[in-house]
Amino acid sequence: MATTTNTAPDRSIGRFISEHSIGLFLSAIFIAPIFWTFLSSLKRPPEARQPPLPPWPTTGVSFENYAALDTFGAGLWHSAQNSIFVSVSSVVLTAAISLLAGYGFSRFRFPLKNLFFVMILSTIMIPFQSILTPIFLLLATFKLQNTLSGLVLVYVTLQLPFSIFMMRNAFDAVPKEIEEAARIDGARSVALLTKIMLPLVWPGIVTVALFAFLNTWNEFIAALVLMTDQDKFTLPIMMTAVQSGRFGAVNWGAVQAGVTVMMIPCLILFLLLQRFYIRGLTAGAVK
Amino acid sequence: MSSISAKSDRDAGAQAAAAKARPRVDRSQWIGLLYIAPAIILVAIFFVIPLVMTIWMSLHNWPLMGGHTFIGLDNYVAITKDTRFWNALKFTLYYTVIVTIAIFAVAFPLALFVEKPRPLNGLYRTAFFMPVVVGFASASLLWAWLLNVDAGLFSPAAFRLGLTEKKFNLLATFDPAFWSIIVMVVWKVAGFTMIILMTGLQSIPGDLMEAAKIDGASGWQRFTSITLPLMRRTLALALILSVAGSILAFDQFYIILRGGPRNSTLTAVYWIFNQSFVSFKLGYGAALSVVLLVILVVISLVQLRLLRNPEGT
Repeated sequence: MATTTNTAPDRSIGRFISEHSIGLFLSAIFIAPIFWTFLSSLKRPPEARQPPLPPWPTTGVSFENYAALDTFGAGLWHSAQNSIFVSVSSVVLTAAISLLAGYGFSRFRFPLKNLFFVMILSTIMIPFQSILTPIFLLLATFKLQNTLSGLVLVYVTLQLPFSIFMMRNAFDAVPKEIEEAARIDGARSVALLTKIMLPLVWPGIVTVALFAFLNTWNEFIAALVLMTDQDKFTLPIMMTAVQSGRFGAVNWGAVQAGVTVMMIPCLILFLLLQRFYIRGLTAGAVK
Repeated sequence: MSSISAKSDRDAGAQAAAAKARPRVDRSQWIGLLYIAPAIILVAIFFVIPLVMTIWMSLHNWPLMGGHTFIGLDNYVAITKDTRFWNALKFTLYYTVIVTIAIFAVAFPLALFVEKPRPLNGLYRTAFFMPVVVGFASASLLWAWLLNVDAGLFSPAAFRLGLTEKKFNLLATFDPAFWSIIVMVVWKVAGFTMIILMTGLQSIPGDLMEAAKIDGASGWQRFTSITLPLMRRTLALALILSVAGSILAFDQFYIILRGGPRNSTLTAVYWIFNQSFVSFKLGYGAALSVVLLVILVVISLVQLRLLRNPEGT
């Protein structure tokens, strides 16, 4: 593009304009449904029942749709708390367990190490949808059926292959000399990990945590199957119940509000931590 | 690569250890087992055991309540006669083929568009990628609203613009419903495939393109004889992810269509879900799961084989 600028400035300006109008037009299409929902959710309920033309509120901005969410079943705020508990616990446990495992796989030699590593990674090949029934029965034997903690353990397990792969790579990238120097200074294994290694593999942990949050916040089928008590519903399950008319006539204004509540944390985290997300994607792609 | 060097290190280390103070060296290294123990325990309990149990259960008549009885391969025999399962599988494969083609048809041009260095490109990438992070359930609920005949966007908009004589219910018959889902899924995942393809495009050396340009190769020739062959691995990855994800499709069909109109959009996972958790035929559901699992692994292996086959070398 730089070369054409010198030879044919007119054509390159035309090209600049046409390329950017395409870019802006396509961007608008991809973002439109998200904005449309958000704007419509701010309408007053009678208007929210009408087709969203125009998308913005014409009879005044209101938060009544959001308030209406708390009238369904156990209430949306309760489901939101469930979702937050499940996602945050899954993120913390996934980060901690994959940090330890990544360190173990990267820095130690012990029998069956490669077998264990291959075993964990190969679970990626097998769809968890096909093993939901036994998981359901296992949780019941552990007295964890219909508990958020049980769901957390399942979610963490599903996150582990990717997370451990990421963390092993992160530790592999740290030069061994750093540890040896610290060990000569008398640091013990655990102190070495928390004080010296942790700051060095921090970007890997952020990537792992971000993926764990997005995946668990949005997960649908496992929560649908394993959480049968309305009190334990996460946001996607609760909102599906609202949208299916389980609580009377479908309140589309409430659906717009609920979808907005579900989308906002994901979008904010993604916009703030975009480079960690892309790092995770490309790490998977390059392997 | 790193695993190979680590392996040779270990072999050398093991030999040295054998020659000298073997027990002490080994024991200090065994602490590693403690570090990986939590991960191994979780994967064993919530993945390996359930996987073995799935196969075990598939050989039983296993209702939710009451005892289960061993019935050998009867469940598998029943599957061969289960026309509704095969219809669901047929629909799933049809959906997979169409949606994968649609995703690539949108994602490849997008990748070519955002790959070039250009101001504002970061912004475009972010915009195209935003639907990816909102999750399938949110996206499905959002589109369930947009596609609704009364309160939605498309039917009323088409009606007001005078394109249809009355409000047309997009979700009432198979074809409009199916293509609505395709549009929604492409909107949702094209950004993901775009980023993967973009990393592949960026790994092509720039001087190779320049050299081809100097030799007089046209844009199309450069695309077919440089870009595509050098992107084999990336294409394979994007294809496998898209196919595997589509075969397991459930959320959008459950939330937007409930498998309708008239059960014509039941996917394989949806059928297994119905058998296991609506009819509570757990043993039969397990057998169906095993069949789906085998199909998925075979398709993945075939794809890997086809795309890894070194044609140009």
